[in-house]
Amino acid sequence: MNDTLHLLKLLAPESILLDTSLLILVLGLIPATATKRNLLLCITLLGGLLAGAWLFFVPENANLFHGMVVLDPLTRLVKVAVLVLSLITAVFAVGSNVREHFGEYLALILFSTIGMMLLAGTEDLLMIFIALEMTSIPLYVLTGYLKRSSASAEAALKYFLIGGVSAAFLLFGLSLIYGVTGSTSLHDLGGMSRDAALDPLLLAGVVMAMVGFGFKVAAVPFHLWAPDVYEGAPTSTAALIASGSKVAGFLILAKLLTFGFAAADGNAGWAQMLPGWLPLLAILATASVVVGNLAALSQSNVKRILAYSAIAQSGYMLIGLTAAGKNGVSSVVFYVIVYALTTLGAFGVVSLVEQRRGGSQLHHFQGLHKSAPGLAFCMGVFMISLAGIPPLAGFIGKFYLFASALGSASSNGNLPLLWIIVLAVAFNAVSLYYYLIVLKHIFVIPSSVESAAPEPRSATSTLVGLLALAVFVLGLYPSLLLEPISSAYTSAVKFSIKSGSAMR
Amino acid sequence: MPTEFLLTATFLSAFLGVALILMLPVRFGAAAKWIALLSALTGFGFAIAAFRGYDMSPGAAPIQSVINFPWVEKLGIGFVTGADGISLVMLLLTGIIAITGILFSWNVTQQPRAFFALFLTIIGGVYGVFQSLDLFLLFVFYEIVIIPKYFLISNWGSTNREYGAMKLTIYSVAGSALVLLALLGVYVVNPDVSFDLMRLAYFKFPLGFQLWAFPVMFLGFAILAGIWPFHTWAPTGHVAAPTAVSMLLAGVVMKLGSYSALRVAMVLFPAGLDYWRMPIAILATVGIVWGALVALAQRDLKFVVGYSSINHMGFVLLGLVTLNTIGLSGAVLQMFSHGIIGGLLFAVVGRMIYDRTHTREISLLGKMGLAKAMPFVAFTFTVASVASMGLPGFSGFIAEISILLGAWKAFPVLLIFSALGVVVTVAFTLRALQRSFFPALTGSPELPGADAEHPHDFEPISLPERLGALLLMAATLGIGLFPNILLDPILRSFESPHSIMHRLIQEVAK
Repeated sequence: MNDTLHLLKLLAPESILLDTSLLILVLGLIPATATKRNLLLCITLLGGLLAGAWLFFVPENANLFHGMVVLDPLTRLVKVAVLVLSLITAVFAVGSNVREHFGEYLALILFSTIGMMLLAGTEDLLMIFIALEMTSIPLYVLTGYLKRSSASAEAALKYFLIGGVSAAFLLFGLSLIYGVTGSTSLHDLGGMSRDAALDPLLLAGVVMAMVGFGFKVAAVPFHLWAPDVYEGAPTSTAALIASGSKVAGFLILAKLLTFGFAAADGNAGWAQMLPGWLPLLAILATASVVVGNLAALSQSNVKRILAYSAIAQSGYMLIGLTAAGKNGVSSVVFYVIVYALTTLGAFGVVSLVEQRRGGSQLHHFQGLHKSAPGLAFCMGVFMISLAGIPPLAGFIGKFYLFASALGSASSNGNLPLLWIIVLAVAFNAVSLYYYLIVLKHIFVIPSSVESAAPEPRSATSTLVGLLALAVFVLGLYPSLLLEPISSAYTSAVKFSIKSGSAMR
Repeated sequence: MPTEFLLTATFLSAFLGVALILMLPVRFGAAAKWIALLSALTGFGFAIAAFRGYDMSPGAAPIQSVINFPWVEKLGIGFVTGADGISLVMLLLTGIIAITGILFSWNVTQQPRAFFALFLTIIGGVYGVFQSLDLFLLFVFYEIVIIPKYFLISNWGSTNREYGAMKLTIYSVAGSALVLLALLGVYVVNPDVSFDLMRLAYFKFPLGFQLWAFPVMFLGFAILAGIWPFHTWAPTGHVAAPTAVSMLLAGVVMKLGSYSALRVAMVLFPAGLDYWRMPIAILATVGIVWGALVALAQRDLKFVVGYSSINHMGFVLLGLVTLNTIGLSGAVLQMFSHGIIGGLLFAVVGRMIYDRTHTREISLLGKMGLAKAMPFVAFTFTVASVASMGLPGFSGFIAEISILLGAWKAFPVLLIFSALGVVVTVAFTLRALQRSFFPALTGSPELPGADAEHPHDFEPISLPERLGALLLMAATLGIGLFPNILLDPILRSFESPHSIMHRLIQEVAK
């Protein structure tokens, strides 16, 4: 009883979100008007802000039910990030082409957000699975939300089927792990000896779990759903898939591999490969970087370009994970947050262009710098940051990822992971081409249709501007985010050692 | 004002100009060029002040005005700037090119705000590179230059501009990728996890690491400096670019490559340099001869100038790897000299000639009687050609003779070929000059209204053009006559026993 009360206290922010979403569901029954949509959005934002504020009033460190619910500064930071990203998507949704059942749309976004927050705050295999499903199932529905668009239905079906299969893989893998070790807690798993970790059945479980996660983060060769989903889904849904769900997903993947399977890591160094998750991760990562960047070159739809770019970016983050340990986790968390802000902004621009010009093909962006110079400038910032050009945040993020991966196993000038970094840096250079193609359509090629009137300012365009500013400021002064992540990581580890959580 | 902040003020004035221009309402777009000019003049003023403030007394440190702030403390990245003679010379060059580039773009009316904002962004980045003493900072400034180049060329360029812009960008990015790779290596291999150049210079990197990191990094920088066979972006890009950007590319952006190769790649990896010296010297010599020969065969005047850049930059690279004081200081002086002369040549061809005649075909130009129609242009081009050939009295002479003397000591065999290159340089320059301006007029001119008596009615040369051309001519002549103004601080940087450059020369000589 006492524990249950404690649980409610610890998960108060999530509960607030849940209450908000239920309230919205009820209010959503009133027939839709533009005013009502704004009202619903206001309630969502209020609930979200309240939940966000509450995150700072729950105990800083807690570990309940042997790791089922874990609170520490790092999870709090990620929860705040996820919440902010989801609320921004909710604002994008108001200006988008989602008109029917708007209340349910917002409620589903919140449901998914709750899943992401739970995902960030757990160190137990079973909870990881449940939270992942709580995140994904609302996303499937959100993807198919445009009932009259066949592309949206196709995307939803694809996403659902592939997501379902990946969930099955993940669950099977987790059950194998449980079968071998007799525990679902990352803390217990992390305590395994190296010999015990090399049990073939356990390794099979780890591989299956990685396949499951590979689907979720759209790593090659499990990426095929991504382009269709990004293209067919409502743009605000695609933005949520690309941002919030990635942030939570990568944190838990990092924890799972780095702390849970610490003993089964193996070696990914050139000519020193040893079985474990590191070589597997290295292959997933390099394949994603290579295939994602190459496939993006030939796309003509900006949402598809962003989808392939997301695949490549997942690859970069997986590279960061090969640097197990502090630098690995904090560089991945830093990058995934920066990436989420950037790609969210890009989707915001795409959503506005879609509203005003009726599509997201490259030619719809032509001459954007004339009709909406501010928006065009912001898109420039996002694309250049995604391409990893300084002084924007994407560059320092990539630098930190690559440096921690390269430095993780080096000794005396010997860099065993150099082969991964060579590929990553080379294909990062390739990626500039397709980002520049987008910018070329915006800035260089004149528009065939003249839109005379300056386009009105909306909540979405203001947010896009703020996101661009954030990308710029984080690039010039990365310590703003780097210091909190680093200190959160340190104190999380300190608490974890004291209380028997998984991070060490 | 303390001299440290004079350096910072150079790039701040450029970026401040960018901010002011962006805040300008669209209807006052015409004011953008005035803001740009003002910002370039201020930047140049600060550069001169920093140059004059450089302490040449024997006890003074070779690198002065050092600022050191932590930037990203967690990653050991700092905001470290400072300047020695080499940096100061390059800062001066940047100031001159910035001012003249803006003067020669006085007639830009298409989206002037965006044009000058992008132009000043490049200038700011270049100022930054020439004073950075932290590798990360240097790379950040180095990369800032890439994207604006693309938009300047693809939006305001001429011949085949989208192709030229993309080609140039791809080459630049490929070069930066190589540099980034080596930088990552440097970062994780050094035990301090630091990017401070002054500390790294004293760290002995493991030999195996140097052997691959040096060529990777040097090549990455040298691509931007137009090393053969990765030079083809330069002529295409120069020709496609609007005049001010051609001036910028040839004048300072290519120097970013050679400067960083010297400041970073060579200083960090003396053992790697020693191993790869000969191959680089050969590539540089091929560049000298090849650039000159290809220039000899061009029909487009701007391509002649474009390939002459390859030829001159070959001298810079050759001078760098001679690794003796005279060759190195010649290389630095050549960077300055070619910046001025190349800028002048592009200004004449791209702005003064092409904007009026709308052709750059040498054979067509020859029929227009340009020497009569535009005597000032003919005069300027003659001066620039003579300077480009390396005649005594101009800055190119003292620079190239120093490089050749240095090469004589280091690579006696290659010297023969590079001296051959000098001869071909004279040939292609004279050919272009004579055929386009002073052809032997046989028979009647083919174009109506264009004969020796009644030349074309060209728009007169405007005041900004005259000012810009005079400034550049004064610079090359002034340094040609009084080379010590620049050579003294340059030599100090190589000869002062406390300088890392001096250590480098010693170390390789061992």
